[in-house]
Amino acid sequence: MIERSKILLLSALLVCAGLSHVAGGISPYYFDILIGIGINIILAVSLNLVNGYTGQFSLGHAGFMAVGAYASSWLTLKYGSSIGSGTLSTTTVFVLALLGGGLGAALSGLLVGVPSLRLKGDYLAIVTLGFNEIIKGVIQNAEPLGAQRGLGGMELHTNFFWTFAFAAITIYVVLNLVGSTYGRGFLAVRDDEIAAEAMGINTTKYKVLAFVLAAFFAGIAGGLYAHFKQFIHPEGFNFLRSVDIVVMVILGGMGNTAGVVVAATLLTILPELLRKVAHYEWLPDWLQQVAENRMILYSLLLIILMLTRPQGLFGNFTGKRNQRLQ
Amino acid sequence: MVDKLLEFVQQLLNGLSQGSIYALIALGYTMVFGVLRFINFAHGDVFMLGAFAGFYIGPKTLALFGTGPSYPGMFAVLVVAMVLCAIIGIVIEKLCYRPLRDRPKLTVLITAIGVSLFLENAGQLVFGANPQSFPELITDRALEIPESWGAISGLTITVSQVLVFGITLLLLFVLRYVVMKTKLGMAMRALSFNPVAASLMGINNDVIISFTFGLGSALAGAAGILISIQQPSIDPLMGVNAGLKAFVAAVLGGIGNLPGAALGGILIGLIEALVVGYISPNYRDAIVFGVLILILIVKPTGLLGTSEREKV
Amino acid sequence: MKRPLIFSLALTLLASAVLAQDEIKIGEFASLTGGSASFGQSSHKGTQLAFDEINAAGGVLGKKLKLITEDDQSQAGQPATIVRKLIAQDKVVAVLGEVASSRSLEAAPICQQSKIPMISPASTNQKVTEIGDYIFRVCFIDPFQGSVMAKFAQSKGWKKVAVLTDVKSDYSIGLAQAFKEALLKGGGTVVKESSYSTGDKDFKAQLTSIKAAKPEAIFLPGYYGEVSLIGKQARLLGIKVPLLGGDGWVGDSLLKVAGNSLDGSFFSCHFSADDKSEAVQGFVKKYKAKYNNETPDDMAALGYDSVMILAAAIKKAGTTESEKLRDAIAATKAHAGITGSITLDEKRNATKPAVILGIGGGGFQFVQTVAP
Repeated sequence: MIERSKILLLSALLVCAGLSHVAGGISPYYFDILIGIGINIILAVSLNLVNGYTGQFSLGHAGFMAVGAYASSWLTLKYGSSIGSGTLSTTTVFVLALLGGGLGAALSGLLVGVPSLRLKGDYLAIVTLGFNEIIKGVIQNAEPLGAQRGLGGMELHTNFFWTFAFAAITIYVVLNLVGSTYGRGFLAVRDDEIAAEAMGINTTKYKVLAFVLAAFFAGIAGGLYAHFKQFIHPEGFNFLRSVDIVVMVILGGMGNTAGVVVAATLLTILPELLRKVAHYEWLPDWLQQVAENRMILYSLLLIILMLTRPQGLFGNFTGKRNQRLQ
Repeated sequence: MVDKLLEFVQQLLNGLSQGSIYALIALGYTMVFGVLRFINFAHGDVFMLGAFAGFYIGPKTLALFGTGPSYPGMFAVLVVAMVLCAIIGIVIEKLCYRPLRDRPKLTVLITAIGVSLFLENAGQLVFGANPQSFPELITDRALEIPESWGAISGLTITVSQVLVFGITLLLLFVLRYVVMKTKLGMAMRALSFNPVAASLMGINNDVIISFTFGLGSALAGAAGILISIQQPSIDPLMGVNAGLKAFVAAVLGGIGNLPGAALGGILIGLIEALVVGYISPNYRDAIVFGVLILILIVKPTGLLGTSEREKV
Repeated sequence: MKRPLIFSLALTLLASAVLAQDEIKIGEFASLTGGSASFGQSSHKGTQLAFDEINAAGGVLGKKLKLITEDDQSQAGQPATIVRKLIAQDKVVAVLGEVASSRSLEAAPICQQSKIPMISPASTNQKVTEIGDYIFRVCFIDPFQGSVMAKFAQSKGWKKVAVLTDVKSDYSIGLAQAFKEALLKGGGTVVKESSYSTGDKDFKAQLTSIKAAKPEAIFLPGYYGEVSLIGKQARLLGIKVPLLGGDGWVGDSLLKVAGNSLDGSFFSCHFSADDKSEAVQGFVKKYKAKYNNETPDDMAALGYDSVMILAAAIKKAGTTESEKLRDAIAATKAHAGITGSITLDEKRNATKPAVILGIGGGGFQFVQTVAP
């Protein structure tokens, strides 16, 4: 079972490497969307570990993304030029910086994970939101990170290969973790925390682990984002960005990785399609404006999904089972 | 020395008037949490709608009471905005939360976030994104403190500050009366204690929940008008920050506890004023959220809350 | 089955080629929704007005100008995607935008790499045009405005000044920095520095500590939304000294909210709608006619000027070919704009006079023009 997933991961990486050569040739706009899809897949799949599999609710994923983005940018800006000029070494510096950003984010995930031990649901959502704001606030006051001006000057390192390789790794890690005996603990925490504890499962450990892992991958995504856009600003990692990711997880179905991957892809393409719609002049004015304002549609999507299909567009096996039990 | 002391007292006064606005909004969070055990994320946006209700009805209502700003006119606007917000609150509950009552808490929370985002963005579309100037309901001015009172005359207290504080106190007493002395209030408390038992006692839970939403939203609407008298610039996103601060206030005081929400609101107002005045405005939000996290770790039930055992 | 496909493909190609011949596409990215929508909307309205006017007069080089506007929702991350779309999909010959420096800074590297000229109407941060030789702006930069107001304070004999900065706005920080430097050089002192964040509504705490420092004037380089409330609350707290500010003060609701509390205050800006010159009055009239009797603000005037400079450059270059267009824009000299006579310097920044306006009697009064 595990062997097969390893082979799948390897072949996914090979496909990424192969496609990477082709991807360079497409229109920069489509390439931008493509990289956006990859980054959103990493974000949504990792958040799904917390919000879906472990049944916690984090509203601060963009905060971890910010930590990764700023930490990795700081690293490449500081060490990028000092080490050789060969392609290999700059790539190595980039990947090391990505991992550094991921670790920084994981550390902040640990900080959020600890208070989360005592909190649930609504409270946890607000605390993670608060952490998102605090992280933003710290960056806004940090002169070396560009404070309110934003940070620029990073070189373009993010390409098709690294983006989708990390997306594949994220999916691999999350699926394998949840599929293993060890990872059953996550599901136990979600399904009934008290019962899980009674069965001798260390719920605290699982919750913190979920947070730290999710934050790590969000940090990687942040690093990829920073080295693609080449300019980052604290406002790019605000509450609305976190909501974006939450919507992807909910649309895909909490605890359904395949669904979340599809949802992340759809929701990255959708705003770009809506951009087109907004230019159809035969549409009434207000409809054009609605199309232009994706948050109106996202919020309606959230409400309607919750009222009619809380398990998400693509459903989720455990969710269905729970419903049947009820 | 006297100067420093005066400045300190002035900061406290500033914090008090801002805090009483937070208190009014926090009461709504706490009441809804009391009966439904969930956080109505959209509550801050009802506060925004209250301000816009005043913006649209203000000039016409004032005209009914003569020309220019007047106190009866202001009270009329206040009452109408409260009624409108109560209706909005009841409609939101009926459309979005009631169908989900037996679903997991998370489902309701996500819906509430959806409602909140919808109100903010639809607000930008309908009211326009630009800040609007709120009509002058009363003429705001600084109170004259006679020189003979000594150093105190150096303090500045404005009419609107006194008014906001006074109306907040009044509403608090009205609310306390409704909750403690009326039948509806008794039913609310019963429902909060045990919904199943309450309905067995012949209480119509739906009616009580609607009533609670209406009452909480009316208070938010009142807060929307009161803040606009002090700070007459309103925009569709004004509820975001105020809502979050009020939520922190509700948790600080002990969510589900009415006096706690009022106390929490005032405390947050004071903390903000002191941080801005003596530390740095840059850290205001971070410190408020820090307080929230600290209180959740040290005493999750809040200052006045009582602990509740988790049942299997 | 294949032939119809190829046929229709050829037809669309042909159609687009024909269409492309009688119009010149220009892209615009603006914050039409979200946090800074008010500025984006204003600059977009000015931009649109300029396009209408040019096209009504027959266009440029015998072709109509087509404006393709995309909304970046005031969100970081959006401008990069949008500008890539404008350049790669829509094949625009130039890009206009944005008001916020942080979003211009995100878009500029992409325009530079694609060699598409970008003109920012109102990004005042120095770094924007430093990105490269395809990036221009039609507004003056922060240091100029800050020093203008410092010198003005000096001329009025206000030496002890308090500074209240919006820490969430780079514009405000930049202006405050320049003001402080110029003030100290002129022998003045900063008696108190305090700050707030965009979107704040209560400033009594900051004002209380400023009052305690007894300044002779307060420099307030923020945006009108907050400034109007600060003015009102300052007067209520008994602060009677004049307030000084920059072009961020200009906004429809400044005096509506502030009432008469800003009387006796001064600010620098790009243009005055009360300016009696024919060009300004003509612009104000056309703007009011098109937009429901709204008075144009600085952002609208700058948006308008950015289009006019671009159109003039296209005319002068006689082509939309990127390098020649860039050179033509860079050579802009003494362009008679709504916001004054604009010359682009070697750093691609606009050199032009600032206007100082005073507030009183429910309106703005022209005080003086300060040459660069």
